[in-house]
Amino acid sequence: MITLQQMLWLSGALFAIAVAGIFINRKNIILLLMCIELLLLSANFNFVAFSRYLGNIDGQVFVFFVLTVAAAEAAIGLAILVVLFRERRSINVADISSLKG
Amino acid sequence: MLVNILFYAFALVLLASAIGVIGSKNPVHSALCLVLTFFTAAAIWLLAQAEFLAIVLVLVYVGAVMVLFLFVVMMLDIDIEKIRSGFTRHFWLGIAVAIVLFLEIVGVVVARGLGANVDMKSGMAPVGAADSNATELGTALYTKYVYPFELAAVLLLVAIIAAIVLTMRQRKGLKVQDIGAQVATRREDRLRILQMPAEKKE
Repeated sequence: MITLQQMLWLSGALFAIAVAGIFINRKNIILLLMCIELLLLSANFNFVAFSRYLGNIDGQVFVFFVLTVAAAEAAIGLAILVVLFRERRSINVADISSLKG
Repeated sequence: MLVNILFYAFALVLLASAIGVIGSKNPVHSALCLVLTFFTAAAIWLLAQAEFLAIVLVLVYVGAVMVLFLFVVMMLDIDIEKIRSGFTRHFWLGIAVAIVLFLEIVGVVVARGLGANVDMKSGMAPVGAADSNATELGTALYTKYVYPFELAAVLLLVAIIAAIVLTMRQRKGLKVQDIGAQVATRREDRLRILQMPAEKKE
């Protein structure tokens, strides 16, 4: 039987790794997007754990919505990335500092 | 007992592949590690008896989102050396922040576990044999959460349109048929009637 504590520790460790990834890969937008996916995954772990612990399905419904939003975010983020690469021939974060409205 | 052993095995694979995502030199390897991470997360959700979400995670993430990531990573010509130039500079900062964050989360979990009202050590609520996870989730989704569900559908539509509009480009000099212009054309645009004197037949 998996306890709530095990799930929360695992999700905390995953969250910490993803935050470290954001710090380490500051130059690479693709890896930043992947780290955001990892953050959302660890949040989903908490939702699933508490939903199963409390015997309440609402947490899993929220996971469903988080998955939807994350999929939309990934699609739009990658589309922006493609447009950016087409314009500048690079996806270096440092090059986007000249982006003005 | 077997469930616990499996849980720890999957947790190890999950964390190792997450470290692989953030630490690997090649973005393609990162994407493949992320596929493994999501797959293992789905296995852990299966162990926690959230079957429907586990399958959705495999279908949506491994099947769609990660393929999109891989597609973009391989399509773009990325200069890895230039991107990784700041890798070691922020390495120890990132590790320090991660350790502090993890200790804080664990501290909160342990502190709440000591409280009387939340029993962290007990297992999950047992699932009855009659109700399946998909049935439960579907019932909640189509009754209580039907309005957010439709909003999520609209959100996905917006995402589709946004992605298409962003990446669509019109090349100059292509010869394409514009049916709207063809239909909307008027006689005056095409036809010119000249008045000229009739000639006498010889």
